[in-house]
Amino acid sequence: MFLISCPWCGERDQTEFHCHGEAHIARPENSLEMDDAAWGDYVFFRKNVKGVHLERWTHDHGCGRWFNAARNTATDEFLAFYKPGEAPPADLERVS
Amino acid sequence: MTQDNRLPAGGLIDRSRTLSFEFDGKTYTGHPGDTLASALMANGVTLLGRSFKYHRPRGLLAAGSEEPNALIQLERGAHTEPNTRATAIELYDGLNACSQNRWPSLKYDIGVVNSWLSRFFPAGFYYKTFMWPERLWMTYEHVIRRAAGLGVSPRLPDPDRYEHRHDQPELLVVGAGPAGLAAALSGARAGKRVVLVDENPQLGGSLLGSRDTIDGQSALDWVAGVRAELAEHPCVRVLTRTTLTGYFDYNYLIATEHVTAHLGPQASDDLPRQRLWKFRAKSVVLATGAIERPLVFADNDRPGILLASAVRTYQHRFGVLPGRRLVVFTNNDSAYSTAIDAASAGVAVTLVDCRDTAGDAAERGADAAGVTRMMGSAITGVSYRNGLQSVDVMALSADGTRVDGPVQKVPCDSACSSGGWNPAVHLHSQAKGKLRWLEDTHTYAPAACASTMPHSSVGACDGEFSLDQALNAGWAAGGATGPAPSAERVASIGALRPLWVVPCDHPVGEGPKKHFHEFQNDATAADLWLAQREGFESIEHTKRYTTTGMATDQGKTSNVNAIGILASSRGITVPEVGVTTFRPPYTPLTFGAIVGQNRRHLFHMVRKTPIHDWQADHGAVFEDVGDWKRARYYPKPGEDMDAAVRRECQAVREGVGLFDASTLGKIDLQGEDVAWLLDMLYTNAWGGLAVGKCRYGLMLNEHGMVFDDGVTTRVAENHYHMTTTTGGAARVLGWIEEWLQTEWPDKRVHATSVTEQWAVMALNGPRARAVLEALTEDDVSNDALPFMGFKEIQLAGVPARVFRISFTGEQAFEVNVPARYGRFVWEQMVAAGAAHDMVIYGTETMHVLRAEKGFIIVGQDSDGTMTPSDLDMDWIVSKKKADFLGKRSLTRSDTSRDGRKQLVGLLSEDPSLVLPEGAHVVSELRAAPPMPMIGHVTSSYFSPNVDGGRSIALAVIQGGFKRKGDWVDLPLIDGRRVRAKVVDPVFVDAAGERVKS
Ligand SMILES: [Zn+2]
Repeated sequence: MFLISCPWCGERDQTEFHCHGEAHIARPENSLEMDDAAWGDYVFFRKNVKGVHLERWTHDHGCGRWFNAARNTATDEFLAFYKPGEAPPADLERVS
Repeated sequence: MTQDNRLPAGGLIDRSRTLSFEFDGKTYTGHPGDTLASALMANGVTLLGRSFKYHRPRGLLAAGSEEPNALIQLERGAHTEPNTRATAIELYDGLNACSQNRWPSLKYDIGVVNSWLSRFFPAGFYYKTFMWPERLWMTYEHVIRRAAGLGVSPRLPDPDRYEHRHDQPELLVVGAGPAGLAAALSGARAGKRVVLVDENPQLGGSLLGSRDTIDGQSALDWVAGVRAELAEHPCVRVLTRTTLTGYFDYNYLIATEHVTAHLGPQASDDLPRQRLWKFRAKSVVLATGAIERPLVFADNDRPGILLASAVRTYQHRFGVLPGRRLVVFTNNDSAYSTAIDAASAGVAVTLVDCRDTAGDAAERGADAAGVTRMMGSAITGVSYRNGLQSVDVMALSADGTRVDGPVQKVPCDSACSSGGWNPAVHLHSQAKGKLRWLEDTHTYAPAACASTMPHSSVGACDGEFSLDQALNAGWAAGGATGPAPSAERVASIGALRPLWVVPCDHPVGEGPKKHFHEFQNDATAADLWLAQREGFESIEHTKRYTTTGMATDQGKTSNVNAIGILASSRGITVPEVGVTTFRPPYTPLTFGAIVGQNRRHLFHMVRKTPIHDWQADHGAVFEDVGDWKRARYYPKPGEDMDAAVRRECQAVREGVGLFDASTLGKIDLQGEDVAWLLDMLYTNAWGGLAVGKCRYGLMLNEHGMVFDDGVTTRVAENHYHMTTTTGGAARVLGWIEEWLQTEWPDKRVHATSVTEQWAVMALNGPRARAVLEALTEDDVSNDALPFMGFKEIQLAGVPARVFRISFTGEQAFEVNVPARYGRFVWEQMVAAGAAHDMVIYGTETMHVLRAEKGFIIVGQDSDGTMTPSDLDMDWIVSKKKADFLGKRSLTRSDTSRDGRKQLVGLLSEDPSLVLPEGAHVVSELRAAPPMPMIGHVTSSYFSPNVDGGRSIALAVIQGGFKRKGDWVDLPLIDGRRVRAKVVDPVFVDAAGERVKS
C-alpha cells in the first residue's frame, strides 16, 4: 500500500485516496470547432507509460482535495506531489 | 503412553507440569514449552500425515514454520482450523489434533494406491489427464479435490474475536535471533521507537538451539539480558508469537500475533484470538535467519528423516530426540554439531559425509564424541517398515554422479540431512528485492532492494552464517554507537560440496526409489527433468508444471534445491536458471485475522432515514439501495408484495399517498457562479431560473452519456438546492468538486452534501394538497405554490421547504424538514392523512408510478451508454448554450448515428404477463439461440392504473422510435416466446394535466 503525501494534509495511507489517471489534460475550450478525432483524443485516449507518469489523485477520505503526482509506473516510486495549477517539477525525466 | 524419546534432562520445557493432548483419537502427554511436534516426537509418533499426490506416509521434516509435511487439523467444531503446522502449535492441556489427507485412517490410507500407480502420476499429470472432454471436468474436479485435499474448513461461524492494530515504528526488526536482538537493542539504545517481532514464543531464534557464548555469557543468558533491557525502554514493543507475513509498498508490513490462539479454544473472552498488525515503518531490518535445505536422496521423504538443524532444535529446545540410533547425512560442516550433540546425549550416531574431508574442528569434535564417520559416501536407499529400519550407504564418485562399491547397511531408527542453508529471503523478495548467488555457500542472499521498500538484511538471512558477523551487522543496522556484542564461534558451514541430486543404485527417476525435493506438493527430481524435456524450460514454467514451491509452505525447503537440480541437469550455473518470486504470505494467516473486527454490522455500514424506525414499526418490508435501507412496500395482513403494491399504486392515483424520499441525494450550492456552473453541468439552460422555482436537469459525462438526473431549485439569489439520484449523490458531488478544483478554480461555488440533513416526505395524489393544508397556515394553493415552484412554510410548527415536484405525474409536494423533525412531521402527516384515506407507499410503488409516466431511472433504464437523444429527451438539450459537459460528444459520429438503442414503451400481447426485466428483444425468432438481439426490457411492472390493470414495460430497442406500433418478439429464458407492441413510454395522463392541478 502506497504512502501518499497530500499537498494539504501530508503523508497518509493509500486507502484514503483515489487515482484518476493522467493529469494535465485541459478541457478544450473550442470543442465545437474540433473534429471527431481531436475530441475523441481528449475524451478517450490516455498515455500508458512505463516510467514517470503524471497523474491525478484525490484525498477522498481526508480533505477532499485534488492534486497531482509524478509516479514511476515501473517502480511505483512517487517523485513529486503538487497542487492543481502548478507545473510538474522540471527535473522529473532525469529521475526516471 | 510414556514419552520414550524424551531426554532425561535439557530443553526449555517445564517438566514440573504435564499436559494431556489427543492426536487422531489417542491420548498422549507433553510439557509446557512443547510444540505439538516435539510432544509427538517425545511419544515416538513419527507418522503425521499422508503426502499430497502419492499418499506416502510422512513425518516431521523441520522444527519451525518451514515444516512442509506435518499439517494438522487443529480442534473440532467451530474452533477447528485446517493446515496448521505441528511445529508451530504450542502444546496446551486438552489440545485435540488430527492428521489430514488420509482416508479412512492415517495408517490404512486408501489413497496409497496412487503411490503404487505413481508412474501414472508424473509432473503435469492433472493438466494432461483431466483436460478432455471438458464436460467431465466437474466430475474429475470433485474426485481430485477429495483425494488430494488438505484440511477441512470449519462449517460454523468463527466464535473467536480478532482485531487489527496499526503502528508506525521508526525501526521494525523482524526476527529475534542474534542479529535481530542486536539490531533491536542497538535501536533502543539509539532512542528509536522500535518494534521487534518474532514468530516463536520466546526470543533467541537460533540461539535457543545452540551452545554458543556471547559477551562471555551463555547465549541464553545474553538473550535474557537483552530481553530485560528492551522491556525497560518505553518506546520498544516486543511482539512474540508474531509472524511477519507480508511486506508491501512503502514499508507497509503486516504481521499476525497469536494473542490467545496458543492457549486453545477455552481462552479468554477479553482478548482477541489473533491480532493483525499493520506497520508503516521508517526503516526495516530483516533478521529472519536461514532455513536448512535437505539433501535429495533416495526415499528421503520417509518418516523419521528430518533436517539436521531440526534435530538439534528438538534436542536443545524441547529435550527430545527422534530416536536412539541416528544417521546424519551432510555436505557441509553445520550438521556436525547435530551429530556431536546427539552423541553427547547417548545416541549412537553415524555421520555420512559426501565430502572426503570436513573442517578440522568438525572432524575432531565428531571423533571425540564417538560419532562414526563415513566420508566420501552417500545414502542410496532407506529401509522403512512402520519406522526406519536402516539406510544403505555407498561410496560416492568424485564427480558426484555415481555410487560405487559394496552397500553398507547402517541400522537406525532416525536420520537427518543437511544440504546447506537458504537465507530466509522471502520478505526481501516480497519487497521486490533482488538476489545474488553466493559461490562459497551455494545459496541465494539479498542484493539491492527497491527504492520504495528500503530495508537491510542482517545475519543468516543476509547469507552471513557466522554468529559474530550476525551480531555486528545487527548492531550496525540498529544505529547505536558503542561496541557490538561479540561471540566466538568457528565457521559453521565450512566447505560445502554441492550435491543437488544424490545418486542411488538405479538411475534417478527410473527405478522404485523417489528423490523428493518438494515434500508438500510431492514433486521429485525426475518431475523437474520431465518438465525440462517437455519444454517447460523457464523456471516459472517449471514451477507451475511441477507445482514446486506452490504449496502453503511456499517452497521454503524446496525452491533452491529445485533450481540447483535444474542447473546441474542443464549444465548451466544456478544463477542462469533464475529464481521464482516469493509472494505473501510468508506463512498462511487466518481469514479471521484478515477480517479483524470488520464483521456483520461493522463490515458494511447501513444508512437509515429519520423515518426508518416508524417504517419498521409499521410493517415495512425493506430493500437495500446502495447503503440505504428503504421501505419497499407496506403489506397489510394477508397481502403479498404484488397485492400491496397494487393497492398502494391505485390509492396514490385516486387519493393521496405518502412516501419517504429522504435518501434522495441533496447538494447545497452557494456562490455567485452557481448559475454558470449549472449551465455547464446540465444539458438545459439555467440562466433564467427565478428564485423560488425548480427545474429538472440531466447530467452527462464528457462521453455524452447520461449519468445522473434530478431537480435543482433556486432557494435564494446565489443559493441553490440540488437533488440527485439516491445512488448518485456522492458521484455527483465528486463530479462538481473535480471540475471546480481542477478546471474552474476561479469560479465561486461552494458545494456541500446535505443528504442527511433533510428528511424528505413526498405527498402524491389528487388529495395531496388537502393533507398539506391540514398542517399549515401558509398558502399552498396552486397560485401560491404552482407546479415546479418552491416555498418555505411552517408545517406542524416546524420550518419546512416545500417543492412542487412530482415523480408520479400527480399533484405532488416534496416536503423537506430538518432531519431531527423528520419523524415528528411524518407522524403529523400520517395523522392528517387519515381523513383522506392516505396510503403509505414504498419504493416498489414509486417505481411503478414513475414507469406509468415514462420517467426514467438513471442506471436502470439507462446504463452509461445512453445519450439524452437515446432516451427521447432531446427536449431537455439546449441548442443555444455554447457549451456544457458532454455537449460535443452528442454530435460524434457514433452518438448521432441511426440504429442506436432508444427508449420506448412495451405492451405485452398477454396483458397479465409481466415481462422479465432484462428479457431480450430479437429481430428474428429462431429455433435456438443465438438470435439477433435488438434490445432489452429495462423496467417492467403490473400497473393497476393502465387499462384497468395490465402489464407495462420500458425497453431500449435499436431504432425504437420508428418501431412504435410494431410488434416485436421476446424469447424468454424459460423457453416461452412472447410478443409485445412497441408504444410510447407514457402510459398515464399523456397530456400531463394532473401534475399541474
Ligand atoms: Zn488532504
